[in-house]
Amino acid sequence: MSKVRAPKSPGRPGQASSWLATPTLVFLILVILLPLLITVVYSFLSQPSLGTGVKWVFSTDAYRQIFVQEKLDGTTAFDTRYLKVLWNSFYYAGIATITTLILGIPVAMWIATRPVRFRALLVLAVTLPFWTSVLIRTYAVRQILDETGPIGGFLKIIGVGNSYQILYTPWATIIGLTYTFIPFMILPIYASAERFDFRYAEAGYDLGAKRWTVLRRIVIPGIRPGIIAGIALVFIPGLGSFLQPDMLGGGKTNMIANVIANNFGQARNWPFGSALSVFLLIFTVLFVLMVTTGVRSRGDQVRLI
Amino acid sequence: MTDAHLDIRQVTKTFPTPEGGVVVALDRVDLAIAEGEFFVMLGPSGCGKTSLLRCIAGLEYPDSGEILLDGSRIDDIPAYARPVNTVFQSYALFPHMSVAQNVAFGLEMERLPKNEIKSRVAAALEQVKLTGLDRRKPTQLSGGQQQRVALARALAKQPKVLLLDEPLSALDLKLRRGMQVELKRLQRETGITFVFVTHDQEEAMTMGDRIAVFNEGKIVQVGSPQEIYRRPVNGFVADFIGETNLIKVTVGSGGFIFPGGGVLARELLAEDCEVPAAGECLLAVRPEDFELVDTDAAVVGEVVDVIFTGGLIRLHVRAGDQEIVAALPSHGAVVPAVGDQTRLRPITKAARTVGS
Ligand SMILES: Nc1ncnc2c1ncn2[C@@H]1O[C@H](COP(=O)(O)OP(=O)(O)OP(=O)(O)O)[C@@H](O)[C@H]1O
Ligand SMILES: [Mg+2]
Repeated sequence: MSKVRAPKSPGRPGQASSWLATPTLVFLILVILLPLLITVVYSFLSQPSLGTGVKWVFSTDAYRQIFVQEKLDGTTAFDTRYLKVLWNSFYYAGIATITTLILGIPVAMWIATRPVRFRALLVLAVTLPFWTSVLIRTYAVRQILDETGPIGGFLKIIGVGNSYQILYTPWATIIGLTYTFIPFMILPIYASAERFDFRYAEAGYDLGAKRWTVLRRIVIPGIRPGIIAGIALVFIPGLGSFLQPDMLGGGKTNMIANVIANNFGQARNWPFGSALSVFLLIFTVLFVLMVTTGVRSRGDQVRLI
Repeated sequence: MTDAHLDIRQVTKTFPTPEGGVVVALDRVDLAIAEGEFFVMLGPSGCGKTSLLRCIAGLEYPDSGEILLDGSRIDDIPAYARPVNTVFQSYALFPHMSVAQNVAFGLEMERLPKNEIKSRVAAALEQVKLTGLDRRKPTQLSGGQQQRVALARALAKQPKVLLLDEPLSALDLKLRRGMQVELKRLQRETGITFVFVTHDQEEAMTMGDRIAVFNEGKIVQVGSPQEIYRRPVNGFVADFIGETNLIKVTVGSGGFIFPGGGVLARELLAEDCEVPAAGECLLAVRPEDFELVDTDAAVVGEVVDVIFTGGLIRLHVRAGDQEIVAALPSHGAVVPAVGDQTRLRPITKAARTVGS
């Protein structure tokens, strides 16, 4: 008697075997979890008396060092310096988020309302900066902002350039951050705006709302998922930025990533650098959790984690 | 007309096409709508109905012409300032707002006190029989319920004119019939002028106090449903409203010579239509206006099809080079069969001449 074999379940079309995801998962574990683990482990080790690296002796000194300052005379005091630097990170990342929002929403809306054939071109234009390294672009911003640059030159010509100084001020940091991160704000908002049905806006006008009210009460809520994604994509990496405060802010507007970089570099204090990284990570995760719970309670279809 | 409530004068609207040409959506449209009227705009797809509605609402500006409401021009003021509201074909309910918030939106724009907004929202929802659903989101409602919210949202504003763009086209037939009755009731109760767009001639006939028939951006005829059905001004209207045989006849001395050789006496024609002295013209005859006759037949031909539709039997008769449809009561004594020779004649004063 021949056995009749049940046909192998064909699965849904487009449904792939979970094995196909394995290489990606392995890769993600290697590049995300492993460095993270190393950072956490290092943050609980000691600084060697000579050279770089870590000494494999358990210690919480690195964390203590964030909050406590050891004076030369042996006394200790509560240290607010690193908290201030962390605050700086939040402050500048927050300002960059706001400026990219204010500038990004109109641009995204404008692109989304162009004829279809222009949109792809405009989106490409938004991504154009990614074609060169952020380092080179930051140098370019520095040249532009410099007093010998085009702005300074122009102001001198019209005779008001004598007191012009933007480079190496907090303004330069803000300009640099805004410039670097604005594509990350425009693109998700554009994606939402493109799907937005502008008939809702018409209904708003019909019901007596003026332009601004239609924007505030109908359009913005309609593109909320894109706005939230944009905020996350700007604010989170913004917290960790260090090129802009360093090269444009002239080190006067240190953000936490500058301190971290310094501890892995010149200061050669890897455990402390690691501890600061973990410290920053905790705040980043808190922020993400805050956004996602806020989003969930409104019942939106956005997932950050 | 000076006493018109909504007066549309010579409104023209064109759109550019991607190829660089222009589409004339509205071509010098004149229309006077009375206060408290249930006015229907009827026409085939693409004839400009939506464009005219959008011009009235202010979502589109006419290229030329004027729109007056109670004697003052509204075509140059923005949509939000016009005392006119729209029920959109797609409903366009704000997805992030609840039913009550949707209805309240328009009232908030008028900066009414909170408690008045509340009572007017409740009243509007009661008017459309939606009490108890005010906290739902639009996505949690059926199509028919969404339709009612859209209606409540516009009615709550107590507009002078309510514009409805094919509001029932997304509903199934039964729901649609129910809503037709209800819209009529709402219109009577509120006394608001309704301008209702549809491409469904049956809907237009059941609902309209008056109907304007559009074709290719022009108004072809305006009149009561009876007028339009019984006295269509041309072949397009006759054909579009209900079913009509458009028969090409030759004007002879004894009357109209039908294809196939039958003759219809001139006296049997409707009274108020023009008859050319000679040559060819078009006669419009409704299928239900034919009767079987023994002598003096206008249509003489072979039955090519017999379709039983309940109360009526439809005969397709080949007369000369034309096929003519007659709908006879099914209780009639003799029913011809396919292949029979048959003789038909329009009943007295039913046939009309029409321009093409
Ligand atoms: N925004 C627009 N751009 C270009 N052409 C348009 C636009 N809106 C309408 N038209 C054109 O104008 C004409 C009239 O369109 P309209 O929407 O008024 O027709 P309608 O009578 O409402 O048709 P339907 O019954 O299909 O809704 C059509 O030929 C249409 O293609
Ligand atoms: Mg339309």
